[in-house]
Amino acid sequence: MSTRRASRSSQPSSVAGMSDEQISDLLSKLRQLIPQLRTNHTDKVSASKLLQETCNYIRSLHREVDDLSDQLSQLLASTDRDSDQAAIIRSLLL
Amino acid sequence: MKNPQRSPTNPGSLRSRFTQVFLQSLLRIRKHNPTSSSSSSHGEFLKRCRRVKVAAYVSMARAVGTRRAWSRATLWRARNGERQRNLLYGRCSKSNSRERSLGKRKRKKKKKKKRDNEEHSFGHAKKLQKLVPGGEAMDFCCLLDETAHYIKCLITQVKVMRSIADFYSL
Repeated sequence: MSTRRASRSSQPSSVAGMSDEQISDLLSKLRQLIPQLRTNHTDKVSASKLLQETCNYIRSLHREVDDLSDQLSQLLASTDRDSDQAAIIRSLLL
Repeated sequence: MKNPQRSPTNPGSLRSRFTQVFLQSLLRIRKHNPTSSSSSSHGEFLKRCRRVKVAAYVSMARAVGTRRAWSRATLWRARNGERQRNLLYGRCSKSNSRERSLGKRKRKKKKKKKRDNEEHSFGHAKKLQKLVPGGEAMDFCCLLDETAHYIKCLITQVKVMRSIADFYSL
């Protein structure tokens, strides 16, 4: 029974049955998110460069999460407020 | 076809869901790891730090729910990570290598390298697969889609964590 296969084999495209247009849509959507590439709106960015920048950006976000976790665990240790504080934070941030 | 652009990640609600879940996790961590200056050691600090980091990622995955492959992979990894580590390697290390070996065993990579469009970006796509949770099981298009969503959520996560840290450090 061909279920997924049928839809994939219909398009004579380069990647797994999706048309090039869909791929470039996804790539441009991704490009919007990467700060370094967002400014070069007119320039064409190759897929390879886009993926590279995406990887770099995700790595930098992971590093930020690491640093912030460090900070937060230090603050957790130093503060001994109770859950009221959490309620205040929640109301401030929401 | 997957869901249309319904934006379940409306910044307001995703942010608030993540904030709630993450704050609850932080409180839990504080309760279960009471710190007193006499007993706290560097090792304990690192443990707590790691717990906070894992809590951040898991909280975001929980806020997103199971509608995204990356969030499902994160939740799965969190539930089964301990068991895997003990079974396979018996020591604490990054779970990336775990996922890589499991991914290879579970799924045969069916990508054909003949495709021109993918050839030069194939190497980078592989790197991206390792960065996005559950990426190794995705084809190129899913990977791009999941990556975009993952980045949006990471940005929200970082913003909220920063606000909490700023608030606590006042």
